[in-house]
Amino acid sequence: MPIRNKTIWSKIDWSLLILYFILIILGWISIYAAVYNEERQYIFDLSQRYGKQLIWTLFALIIGFTILTIDSKAYPMFSYLLYILVLLSLISVLIFGKEVNSSRSWFEIGDFRLQPAEFAKFATALALSSFMSRQDFNLMNFKNLTIASAIILTPAFLILLQPDTGSALVYLAFVFVLYREGLPGYVLVVGVIFIILFILTMMLQNWAVMLIITMSSVLFFHFHQHKIRETIYLLIIIISSFVLIFGLDFFLKFNLGLNIVIIISLSISVLASIVYAFRKRLYTIFPMIAILLSSVLFMYSVEYIFYNILGDHQQTRIKILLGLVEDLQGAGYNVHQSKIAIGSGGFIGKGFLQGTQTKYNFVPEQDTDFIFCTIGEEWGFFGTLTVIILYLILLIRIVQLSERQKSLFSRIYGYSVASVLFFHVAVNIGMTIGLLPVIGIPLPFFSYGGSSLWSFTILLFIFIKLDVSREEFL
Amino acid sequence: MQNTFLGRKNGIITIFVCLAIIYVIRLFTLQILESDYKLSADNNVLRYTTEYPARGLIFDRNGALLVYNEALYDLMVIPKQMKDFDTTDLCEILETNKEFFIIELEKAKTYSLYKPSIVYKQISSIRYAELQEKLYKFPGFYVQTRSTRKYPLSIAAHVLGYVGEVSPKTIESDKYYKSGDYIGISGIEKSYEKYLRGVKGLKIYLVDVHNRIKGSYKEGRYDSTAVVGRNVISTLDATLQQYGELLLLNKRGSIVAIEPSTGEILALVSSPGYDPNLFTASERSKNYKKLVNDSLKPLFNRALMAYYPPGSTFKLVNALIGLQENVITTTSSFSCGGGFNIGSHIVKCHHGGAVDFYGSISGSCNSYYCNVFARILNSDKYNSVEIAYTKWREYVLSFGLGKKLGSDLQYELPGIIYNSDYYNKYYGKNKWRAFTIISMAIGQGELGFTPFQIANMTAIIANRGYYYIPHTVKKIDGLETIDSIYLQKNYINIEQQYFEEVVKGMQMVVESGTAYSAYLPGLTICGKTGTAQNPHGEDHSIFVAFAPMENPKIAIAVYIENGGFGSTWAAPIASLMIEKYVNDTITRKWLEDRMINGYLLNNK
Repeated sequence: MPIRNKTIWSKIDWSLLILYFILIILGWISIYAAVYNEERQYIFDLSQRYGKQLIWTLFALIIGFTILTIDSKAYPMFSYLLYILVLLSLISVLIFGKEVNSSRSWFEIGDFRLQPAEFAKFATALALSSFMSRQDFNLMNFKNLTIASAIILTPAFLILLQPDTGSALVYLAFVFVLYREGLPGYVLVVGVIFIILFILTMMLQNWAVMLIITMSSVLFFHFHQHKIRETIYLLIIIISSFVLIFGLDFFLKFNLGLNIVIIISLSISVLASIVYAFRKRLYTIFPMIAILLSSVLFMYSVEYIFYNILGDHQQTRIKILLGLVEDLQGAGYNVHQSKIAIGSGGFIGKGFLQGTQTKYNFVPEQDTDFIFCTIGEEWGFFGTLTVIILYLILLIRIVQLSERQKSLFSRIYGYSVASVLFFHVAVNIGMTIGLLPVIGIPLPFFSYGGSSLWSFTILLFIFIKLDVSREEFL
Repeated sequence: MQNTFLGRKNGIITIFVCLAIIYVIRLFTLQILESDYKLSADNNVLRYTTEYPARGLIFDRNGALLVYNEALYDLMVIPKQMKDFDTTDLCEILETNKEFFIIELEKAKTYSLYKPSIVYKQISSIRYAELQEKLYKFPGFYVQTRSTRKYPLSIAAHVLGYVGEVSPKTIESDKYYKSGDYIGISGIEKSYEKYLRGVKGLKIYLVDVHNRIKGSYKEGRYDSTAVVGRNVISTLDATLQQYGELLLLNKRGSIVAIEPSTGEILALVSSPGYDPNLFTASERSKNYKKLVNDSLKPLFNRALMAYYPPGSTFKLVNALIGLQENVITTTSSFSCGGGFNIGSHIVKCHHGGAVDFYGSISGSCNSYYCNVFARILNSDKYNSVEIAYTKWREYVLSFGLGKKLGSDLQYELPGIIYNSDYYNKYYGKNKWRAFTIISMAIGQGELGFTPFQIANMTAIIANRGYYYIPHTVKKIDGLETIDSIYLQKNYINIEQQYFEEVVKGMQMVVESGTAYSAYLPGLTICGKTGTAQNPHGEDHSIFVAFAPMENPKIAIAVYIENGGFGSTWAAPIASLMIEKYVNDTITRKWLEDRMINGYLLNNK
């Protein structure tokens, strides 16, 4: 035993451990400030959330050190078993879970609550690492890609059923892992384009979006082919068909509306372009047409999904983020108060326990999802900058350590940890500063709550343990 | 192991760093560049509450309370803190209608669940006592105290004035006042506002998201405590004021009584008046319209704002000017013969034969003063009538007639006495003579003075040649003296000996002259009757007097509109007022009854 322990401590990455402790302590201080109660100032008061968080932290440390003592070979070995257990717990929580705020996300045993979705993250990461580190794994193989996607999306789907959209969205983060392991770069580009298209669809009229799509396609064609004559012909086809339809509509008073006019003229120009392409043997035009049509299709599906599938509060949150509605008393209240808290912090903040927004509970959920406000208000720009830099160092360090792993399993797992942490940090902070919609996911190591603290501890410490054994092939 | 796609590590790190930079820029903008958020945070948490000091009290010269503050109790509710309670029980305590109460409660809920609203205004002190005991049964409800002015004697509305909500215009010009504050709007309440109001206190509290007070801001470093307003001792004599108001019951007119040796106003009555309690905060809106539309104009302060020709009381001034200008002596006599002829016009008089100086006063001889006036204007000392008139007018103005005296009462009017330009314009330069304007000799014509000015004129004669600007406040708590302008003697450029001669004449007016009705055994009253010609109906009855003859304690002017001759109503009322003030008891009950019961409101 002593010899083995010695190897652990000599090989362990201290920077990760130190960052972990710094973040945990900062988080705990922030929770103390956020739920500070003048009548119960004792920082170890176990009836208060900061007292409870201390207990969760102690448990987390026990869990963390337990993980360090387990043989690293156990993780790839038991990954599928853990994954299946987690899937079962996600199913059973839908049946036996306690309904809180109309979603079934928690098991309740006495006073104690557990959120299985939190633990699904590391289990999914382990299963994915196991699967992708198989000798015969090839990401470009359709079957392999399908299975990998299924491993990622199954827990996400089950969580969506609770429903807990925020926790389900976290699984999108695994795209980074796939990307690192060879997913073609255009998948990410297409993803970004679809996000831009989504925002445009929400903010502009359909006809305007279609005009933008059309013009972008022509530009794409031009820069791809460098054929100025053909580009001009295409433009002439598009403009003349638009003028024709618009003129007919205007003079014959069909009152079709701009949307229909654009759709008809777009269809005519597409047909004309196809005829033109066949004549000139210009087959490279077809990908352009395909992109154009799929974009239009995407636009209409976004509209359909947004208004027919998303719930009212989700629609509102997205609309608030895009500045389409302003609702400072209702759904926009959280973000508004959160921005006031952070914005009023100034450069060095108001000082520990001096934040008025924090102390007098103007920001709802401040000890959980909006814990970043506490830093912003009481420690100012200095504090927020420090926290962001700490997370950035943590993430970069995990990526660097992942790259030094001999074992593919460990590297994939390391990237999973980095991706999940990145998604949580980015979405959580982005939400508190009004750059992203209100998606209720915790800030790792900061937010109050045992489940999330333990889950992030497990996630990180398995990686630390794997890193200790980095010389081994697992 | 394969390690293709190694370069993608950098791509991923780039994404991390880029997002971190975007967030840092965003945080820099939020926290450092934009200052609005600091303000929003303050608005969220700071509550400024004003502590209103008790307004100063007003006493009469003998210490009787004239104005005090009475607490009003409003029932407040914070709907969020409300629990189930027995509405019927609460309504019974308040003695109010249940439906009405529920409507008010709903209104409060719609306004805000966390902020307090008034649900029931002005609970009486008795109801309040009962409610206070049972308030524990009604969580969420509490009682807020406000204060209102009360006038225990219901007198002197025109002198004391009233307080009301400050106007937007005042808020703009005076930073002290905030919307909803109370301010003195007229009378002493207005003139002495800055002493009576005290100093407001300010407390800054921190509140939480539910508007619950959590403590004071920065340990109260920016808080200030309210300073109670200063009490004011008025010059009024409450007993005399009350008696004056009683005597003028059912009459239009006014009484102004001044202590000559100080210029202190003892009583100032304008009738019909109103009960000042009708003008307290909660009652005003209801009563104001009624009083404004009253045909008897109770809000109009006749004593200060009504112009009347001074009538024969003005002969005193002309007598003094005549003596000073040496156009007559106390031995001068003029033949009357029933009038003074100016060509075809006659200024009528009722004397026969020669009238001497004293007789001209006691008998109020028109012819005598026409002669005196003519002699002044035609005096050899002056090159023209115009210069003489200007000189004469200066004398009159020095009595405070035709100019504002500058008292501490609002709405004082200057009076009318035209300068020579007016007559030059009207008749043409050098085309007017003494006879053209002879009616001024006997206080008629183009003269208009207020009862207040005539009372001051009487005080000047009582003082034998000087006056203090009449004022209503004797002392302000905590201040050494009142404004020094009220402590200066203002001299008239007429020798004291002439005043003594006029006083002798005034003594005869009461003892054997036109105002025997004012005669009071045992007290030498000096007076002068007057009748202000009223082209619209019955003449106005005027009487001025002071007493005792030596070291006078009171100078008084009494005006009774449509009261006929001065001796009929004004002289007995003035006499009773003097008796009340000097002797403190009324011996002539029959006269008092006749005066009080006199109903002149139908006279026109």
